[in-house]
Amino acid sequence: MDIQEIHSLLLETFGASAVGDATFDATDPWIQVSPDSIVEVGTFLRDDERLCFNHLNDLCGCDYLEPDEKKVAKFGHEPHVEVVYQLSSIELKHRLKLKVVLPRWKNDKEGQLPEIPSVSSVWGIADWHEREAYDLVGIHFLDHPNLRRILCPEDWEGHALRKDYDFPLEYHGVRGR
Amino acid sequence: MSMQIEDPRIVEFDVQTDEMLVNMGPQHPSTHGVLRLLLRTDGEIVHECTPHIGYLHRSAEKIGENLNAPQWIPYTDRMDYLAAMNMNLGFALTIEKMIGMEVNEKAKHLRVFIAELGRIASHLVGMGAYGLDLGTFSPFLYAFREREIILDFFEEVCGARLTCSYLTIGGATHDLPEEIEIPDGLSALLLMDKGQRAPFFDVVEMFLCWLEKRIKEYHTLLTRNAIFIKRTAGIGVLTREMAISYGCTGPVLRGSGVDYDLRRDGESIYTRMYEGYDFEIPVAEFAEAPREVELGDNWCRFYVRMMEVMQAIRLVRQSVPKYLAAEGTHREPFKFNTKLPKDEVYLETEAPRGQMGFYVVGNGTAEPLRARAKSSCFCNLSITDKLCEGVPLADVPSVVGSLDIVMGEIDR
Repeated sequence: MDIQEIHSLLLETFGASAVGDATFDATDPWIQVSPDSIVEVGTFLRDDERLCFNHLNDLCGCDYLEPDEKKVAKFGHEPHVEVVYQLSSIELKHRLKLKVVLPRWKNDKEGQLPEIPSVSSVWGIADWHEREAYDLVGIHFLDHPNLRRILCPEDWEGHALRKDYDFPLEYHGVRGR
Repeated sequence: MSMQIEDPRIVEFDVQTDEMLVNMGPQHPSTHGVLRLLLRTDGEIVHECTPHIGYLHRSAEKIGENLNAPQWIPYTDRMDYLAAMNMNLGFALTIEKMIGMEVNEKAKHLRVFIAELGRIASHLVGMGAYGLDLGTFSPFLYAFREREIILDFFEEVCGARLTCSYLTIGGATHDLPEEIEIPDGLSALLLMDKGQRAPFFDVVEMFLCWLEKRIKEYHTLLTRNAIFIKRTAGIGVLTREMAISYGCTGPVLRGSGVDYDLRRDGESIYTRMYEGYDFEIPVAEFAEAPREVELGDNWCRFYVRMMEVMQAIRLVRQSVPKYLAAEGTHREPFKFNTKLPKDEVYLETEAPRGQMGFYVVGNGTAEPLRARAKSSCFCNLSITDKLCEGVPLADVPSVVGSLDIVMGEIDR
């Protein structure tokens, strides 16, 4: 199935409130999904016989922000955070990219992480990928079985892949920066 | 005070043992780097195994946001340092896919040649280190002897042995040499005088002939060894469904009976490299396996790697005449300050340890907005807690070793 058919199938099943626009002309076309319906869409994509996306290749977060004020005009993106799901099917050998757009901070309050339901019940590997996205990009995955930092120490502050992240001056007596 | 024993024949049978937390690693030889496993054991049996990673975290992804694409290639070396060539290839192809560049025929065959040699070197370490985990030392020494010669070839080709940064955007940094000095390790094995010179591809062929025979020896040393079979067969069984759900790739996935290899099933920019090549993809289960072996156990994963070495030898051999016949240069120009388009590209390639993915978001500048490396070992390691449930403590290194992890790639 190509991405246009998948998009219209998803629109038919879940409606326009859950499944957003798709970008077909990019090198890797993607479909945007609303944060609240990602688990249902994921389960459908995995279980439907025509789609059978049983392999989650990658899940990662990406922070869109230009901290330098002089370059903001050229940047061309509104500040936001994205979660990107790369799916593929072992049997049918096709690929799909899903995107969920989140605000950088929940309720625009700096320090409150944006929230999205976890898909670890759909694909087992999402457990670790979501822990990494939480650790480095700062996205809170709701209903995650074990949302702890995975690469950084548990008492680390901040999320390193945020564009406005400041490297700490010191960590347990070790000088940074 | 003397104690009165009521009846000395009564032996107490219900001896109670407490559960114990055993910390294994991060500096433990059989954890392949700095992996820490927290084991909850009841006597000899492991009830829970929690991997703790991140001891080798170097923020490679954050660094990638401040470097332009060719500058990040040396960082990909240092992720999977046992298969640096394959990592370079994965990232180079991702950027090529992004800017719509296709390398010429000569560079393609050069890449197959180098990538498959890298696969042999990587699997040799995987095999040798696995023997070491299970308590046999000699296969490790043999494997390193053979791998050393491949590293000597890499040194002749690009000057570096481990962190090559050789395959780059647009092709490779140098062309393959025409004539080299026969590596000392190889001339000693073949009882030749030191320091002789010979055409490069002849030396490689000499080495492959030597290696082919040795692989049969390794099968007698390890694969068919009764102790080895006892330590691996039927242990750490990973079902097909679980392997797919937990994103396992490479030999771990194929050891569970899933016929999936990106060299055949991947994206066209990658499979075009392997067009016209004749090779097989070893998938469990194997007719020649000992009868104790179950689908998806440690033995299957190990055997898939051994069989892949044979296929990689075939691919290297096929690539040589194709490379010699091809026209063009080894490298298309790619400037350091080339601006990446406003596009986002994800590409996975079949590295020796599984599918290595790179996700690059361009932003109209030379530095990407996001440079993400999806590690294959990261996904393969995530099943250790499931595989180690209920196995004896002594089998934990056997299970972890069969996944063939490299911590540099997991922690990035």
